[in-house]
Amino acid sequence: MAHDDELEAQIDRWRGYVHRRQVISSADVDELEDHLRGQVTDLRATGLDDDEAFLVAIKRLGNLDAVSREYAREHSDRLWKQLALVPDDSPGSPAPRWRELAVVLALAVGAGLTVRAGFALIDDELALARNIGLLVMPFLAAYLGWKRQAGLRTVVAIAVPFVVLAVALNVYPFAPGGSTEVLAVLHAPVVLWLLVGLAYVAGSWRSDARRMDFVRFTGELAIYYTLLALGGGVLVGLTAGVLQIVGVDPEPVIAGWVLPFAVPGALVVAAWLVEAKQDVVENIAPVLTRIFTPLTIVMLVAVLVALTASGGLVEVDRELLILMDAILVLVLALLLYSISARDPLAPPALADWLQLVLVGAALAVDAVMLTAMLTRIAQFGTSPNKIAALGLNLLLLVHLGVSAWHSARFLRGHGTFSELERWQTRYLPVYAAWAAVVVIVFPPLFDFA
Amino acid sequence: MRIDKDLVAASATPLVLGILADGDLYGYAILKRVGELSGGRMQWTDGMLYPLLHRLERLGHVSASWGTSESGRRRKHYSITPTGRAALAERQAQWSVVADALRQVWESAPRPATVVEGWA
Repeated sequence: MAHDDELEAQIDRWRGYVHRRQVISSADVDELEDHLRGQVTDLRATGLDDDEAFLVAIKRLGNLDAVSREYAREHSDRLWKQLALVPDDSPGSPAPRWRELAVVLALAVGAGLTVRAGFALIDDELALARNIGLLVMPFLAAYLGWKRQAGLRTVVAIAVPFVVLAVALNVYPFAPGGSTEVLAVLHAPVVLWLLVGLAYVAGSWRSDARRMDFVRFTGELAIYYTLLALGGGVLVGLTAGVLQIVGVDPEPVIAGWVLPFAVPGALVVAAWLVEAKQDVVENIAPVLTRIFTPLTIVMLVAVLVALTASGGLVEVDRELLILMDAILVLVLALLLYSISARDPLAPPALADWLQLVLVGAALAVDAVMLTAMLTRIAQFGTSPNKIAALGLNLLLLVHLGVSAWHSARFLRGHGTFSELERWQTRYLPVYAAWAAVVVIVFPPLFDFA
Repeated sequence: MRIDKDLVAASATPLVLGILADGDLYGYAILKRVGELSGGRMQWTDGMLYPLLHRLERLGHVSASWGTSESGRRRKHYSITPTGRAALAERQAQWSVVADALRQVWESAPRPATVVEGWA
């Protein structure tokens, strides 16, 4: 009996040791432990004592570093947690961390200065709106590219489309008050975000896993940015309150200096936080998606009921259609985020059924909207706005439809979750391509109206 | 005998799929079967089997389910799927081409084993 206790203690220590490898999940440790125990039992049957059997069994499992590397190769999603730790691997040299912080701060200040200069130099509000993304995005991409040590090809692949976009946005003779200009303003950030993605995946842009990492990055960035904005808002609000009571008007300083610096700067800082502290948010992501998936289903059903109950779809006006598009994009973001946070090997669970219901509801809403749009187009003819909206809705229809199909296959045990994942990562660039068409091709096509 | 690690890596997938085609098994039992089939001459690094099984699971070639062992502990069982059987059939076809070509080479070339013996 005492022997067994000793063995149990040894296995316990081994478990703790393996568990520190973040790429080996606790279910995997269970599996390895089962293996270890089977091996120990068989070795004891051949006459080895506990200690010897344990040592031989451990040896046969192989070098833990090599085995973890193999696990990491297979489960790159788990590696996500470790990515940030890679530069810190060399203990005793705190310099890189300081250097990174310095780079982040320099880029954040750079983004702030650029935006402030933009405010000072560009008078026209719409012209500023066209350029604001162009002013901020290079700093974010520069940070990610620096962090990944992006090669020349990546830099060129980002710089060339960036320049084309910048030229198109500033050289096109947009008609004042025209809708192609507003469309360009709305769609340019999507193209820019693809370029940020290119910097993020640095070179391995074909890899589905890296694209999924970028989806995760986007989701976490949104969370961190919101947190920073909330904190910053409280801070600015309190300071402004105190200054007003003392008799100093804080308004010009806040609008003219604090906001132009803080809003773009916070984006770079948030990106750095996501890179450095992935582990913290990792635990929030699944919780958030679980809370919001059912809530969004309720919202979509309510919207659907309201839409059909209100009668004639032709009556549906433009603002409503735009709002509905925003809702569908939100649903898509939620879908992507929950897929990126899920363990692809876990068996189907309630959350996956809810996800399918969510996609189904979104598909129904999309179908209603497409009918409404087509009737409007048939009645009133085409316009840049209508074609842009129609295009987006068709893209969403394909995306959601195929997602639902993959999801159903997975739930019925005919397919794997990673097929659903692959579909998402392969389809995403299509949105950026469409956005590029809206920015570059639409204005000349519709005479810049 | 130590078998070159590239050769082990190349043969691992068809071996595992082939063993699972005979019936569902858990990790350690798969390794024992490999040992039996090769008369103990093929030794894998045990830990490497599991990432391989997970990869096959992700590709949809095998499916896994948690059960309990005789001693009441959690144990993960693997079984081959129809896609896995299709992949196995394809690998089999590929390997038989390779094995066939190799056999002809062995027959026409002098056996290196005798040379080694002569030196020993």
